[in-house]
Amino acid sequence: MNRQILAPELDGPDVGRGGAQASPGPVAARVRRPFRVDPWSLIWIGATLILVFLVVAPMLRLLISSFQSTETGAFTLENYVTAYASQRRLIGFGNSLLYGAAVVLVSIGLAVPLAWAVARTDMPGKGVVRATVLGAFITPSYLGAIGWILLAGPNAGWINRAWMALTGSSTGVFDVYSFAGLVLVTALYAFPYIFVFTADALDRVSSEMEEAAHILGMSPLRTIFKVTLPLVLPAILGGSIIVFLDTVALFGTPAVIALPARINIMTLQLWQFFEFPVRAEAAAAYAVPLVLITVAMLGLQRLILGRKGYVSLTGKSGGRQPMPLGRLKWAVLGLCLLVCSLAVFLPYAALAQAAFSRAWGQGFSFANLTLGNFGYLFNEASSRQIILNTFTYSAATACVAVVLALIVAYVVSRRLVLFGGVLATLCMAPLVVPGIVLAIGFYAVYSSPPLALYGTAAILVLGFTTRFLPIAFANCMAGLRALNPEMEEAVRILGGSRLLAVRRVVVPLLKKSLVGTWLLVFIPASRELSTAIFLVAAKTRVIAVMILDLSENGSFELLAALGFFLLGVTILIVLIGYRLVGRDFLLRKS
Amino acid sequence: MNPMALSVPRDEAAQPRLSLDRITCKFGPYVAVDNLDLDIMPGEFVSLLGPSGCGKTTTLRMIAGFIKPTAGTIAMDGVPISSAAATLPPERRQMSMIFQSYAVWPNMTIGENVAFGLKLRRLDRETIGRKVREVLETVHLAHLEDRYPAELSGGQQQRVALARAIVIRPRVLLLDEPLSNLDANLREEMRYEIRRLHDAFNFTTVYVTHDQSEAMVTSDRIAVMNRGRIEQIDAPYILYTRPRTRFVAGFIGRTNLLDGTCDGTEVRFDGFSLPQGAFENAGRHLDGSVQLSIRPQSIALRRVPPAEDDTLAIRCDLVERAFLGESWDYVVTPAGSGLRLRVAAVPSEVFEVGDAVWLVLDPQQMMVVV
Ligand SMILES: Nc1ncnc2c1ncn2[C@@H]1O[C@H](COP(=O)(O)OP(=O)(O)OP(=O)(O)O)[C@@H](O)[C@H]1O
Ligand SMILES: [Mg+2]
Repeated sequence: MNRQILAPELDGPDVGRGGAQASPGPVAARVRRPFRVDPWSLIWIGATLILVFLVVAPMLRLLISSFQSTETGAFTLENYVTAYASQRRLIGFGNSLLYGAAVVLVSIGLAVPLAWAVARTDMPGKGVVRATVLGAFITPSYLGAIGWILLAGPNAGWINRAWMALTGSSTGVFDVYSFAGLVLVTALYAFPYIFVFTADALDRVSSEMEEAAHILGMSPLRTIFKVTLPLVLPAILGGSIIVFLDTVALFGTPAVIALPARINIMTLQLWQFFEFPVRAEAAAAYAVPLVLITVAMLGLQRLILGRKGYVSLTGKSGGRQPMPLGRLKWAVLGLCLLVCSLAVFLPYAALAQAAFSRAWGQGFSFANLTLGNFGYLFNEASSRQIILNTFTYSAATACVAVVLALIVAYVVSRRLVLFGGVLATLCMAPLVVPGIVLAIGFYAVYSSPPLALYGTAAILVLGFTTRFLPIAFANCMAGLRALNPEMEEAVRILGGSRLLAVRRVVVPLLKKSLVGTWLLVFIPASRELSTAIFLVAAKTRVIAVMILDLSENGSFELLAALGFFLLGVTILIVLIGYRLVGRDFLLRKS
Repeated sequence: MNPMALSVPRDEAAQPRLSLDRITCKFGPYVAVDNLDLDIMPGEFVSLLGPSGCGKTTTLRMIAGFIKPTAGTIAMDGVPISSAAATLPPERRQMSMIFQSYAVWPNMTIGENVAFGLKLRRLDRETIGRKVREVLETVHLAHLEDRYPAELSGGQQQRVALARAIVIRPRVLLLDEPLSNLDANLREEMRYEIRRLHDAFNFTTVYVTHDQSEAMVTSDRIAVMNRGRIEQIDAPYILYTRPRTRFVAGFIGRTNLLDGTCDGTEVRFDGFSLPQGAFENAGRHLDGSVQLSIRPQSIALRRVPPAEDDTLAIRCDLVERAFLGESWDYVVTPAGSGLRLRVAAVPSEVFEVGDAVWLVLDPQQMMVVV
């Protein structure tokens, strides 16, 4: 046993290939070269290239073109001057921040009491409240916004008409086309994020902590504010940051509400850069600060959620006694149901009325009733095409994202490469890019030759894949972390290659979690608007874009029918998901 | 034809199956395994025994090929399989391993689990079926072939892992604390089971454990590890009666460790001294300060002073006692000394605290340790 024997073995030619080679004897004694090419390394090199293609190229291009002159391509700062020297755009930037902050405040106001009532009290009807919050969660916010246009449009909205009929007043009470309207409507579909975070944290606070405060003589109400809420504050903040970022990057709701209301918002400004004459470089320059804000906020969120104090809550989830509310519980339930009505019941009722009407403004009469809107959707070739597009693109997106995420997550979690951290960061990077900005990046790199993908289905699928890759990656990582590596090592020591271990053990054991991940990508992809709006062409339109167009034309009946169809499919998928994966795959915090 | 017969040299008895030569493994600056040498003969059952974090698992995983050593070589039947420069991947070592978590694949039936390694060896279906049934019979699980692991108890899953590992007739069988997740009774039963299987099939076996009685029951030889090194490797009986280091003496069984100084023909301890000749010490000459290990069981207590010339008798005071059911646990202090010696005595030897007693030492069972 010494180096003399070892050396020729190691330097010998053909040091063996991977895979199961069970033949015993001298063959097995050949030693592996450290850097041979095996199928596994080809796979991860491929995955890395795909990540460069999907993530690095568009983001880098965005950054570079923000410093490039439109005509000459030379380095310049003039795009930033063009983008920010206009008062309108500066106001747009400021408005966006204000919009985000206001939505956060309203969302906290809606979410925290609801979460507390559901998680900590003996209020009846918790199931209904939870289900409705889930309903708000899966409602595309632009669809909810359109429901609110039907409810609170200045004159024609149902609430205003009822008000005028009741009071004889000549004007309505609510105007959805206002900053307040924009904020409220956005918050109604954003608050579930904070709700999920907060309810989850409240579930973990042992009521012993509260009882300790009671014993010391604190009143129940003071206990809530002095003990319970501070304990879940990091969770509230964590949810708030997500809501802020989502709101600032939101395109749909502003497009249907802020645009007619002439409220200047950053994402709308970005869109306008692409009206003739297209100034993609200025758009890039305008978008870069948005990305930087996102990076900073997500860093902050990490800091907050990573703090020890929060983790220590997760310790023993000791006994939890729901707080008895006495007769007050009906009042609390009433408040919860009010929020539920605003977010789900009322707008859905308005949409339902429109979907089954010839003209929604004519109200509830038998003559007005029709199934024609749905018929039109399925008989018209163009809308059939759009529906088909939407679901094929989403399915393709989900497949590509899950496969790619699984490969990278495996390579990273099993430490098969030295720079695994870089790959993981690449997969999570799209999180910091608002959809509309990502689309600008994609447009910039892949619309011109040599690839010239603009107008193809591929650019949409690739754009969606990039956008939702972080969801898929985070889920695959979580799944793999829960899987004991010894399961794979048992395959290898018995003579199976790593690939065989993945095929026969990892994938079958992660099946549920992979199905869940697939659904978690499919659902948002099927309604994605902000990425799609820049990348669609006449033949590749999707439901979200069609809804926006219909809303511009005022065809609310058709729009509502289409929206219901989309929702119906979503609900079906959520139910399938529950069936296959288990109850809380959607409302999981992550 | 058995191809192995060709590759194994004729002087099989002299050729170790596994040979670890100055193996080192570092994680960053931390040295988990430090310059470790170990030869294991074909058919031998060797345990790696040591406290948590001493590098047992790391050593085992280097043997399996999951970890690459940072220095040194591992050879199997004289052929190098691991070194810092290159390692043969685990799937080509023809070993088997039983993991602490069992790692029985929950998506396959018991039969499929056991057949997995055989299928990889491209055996025909009948042979596979026959071998699976045979091995399941050996581990008393024949009736559960079509069940899924989730429907099995922990002990049964453990047997599946065993069957899966031995059915392929591995060149080396590796076990990493295979019993640590079982309850005490089952653990006791399984350690005999493992020894029985070893006697039946004679696999070369490396067994990692931190439970000394487990190692004692199963092993031909035990390697006691401490901080990445092997302190001593010997048969269980030798290890107990002839510990070579302070660590081994303290780790295997209970012992009294006494500090002494050599002074001419005497070794002086706190409060008494013993003649140098009393120590059986493999001919080593003692000088300077020494350390003595005396097992509590090897000390006898007497009420009356022994014969004048008995130099190995010491007068003591009994200061503490506890009755443990199977034995008395006495603590005695030699007259004029601060030492506390533990003595074990059978239940019928009753002494009271405060009694003056005589200790009689057995030179055969005293070891000078380093
Ligand atoms: N991948 C790793 N990275 C860094 N340090 C490691 C790694 N694996 C093991 N170590 C360290 O090496 C030392 C030896 O670990 P090892 O798992 O071999 O211990 P062990 O003897 O098996 O202990 P136990 O009885 O607790 O299983 C430990 O201190 C451990 O912290
Ligand atoms: Mg271990």
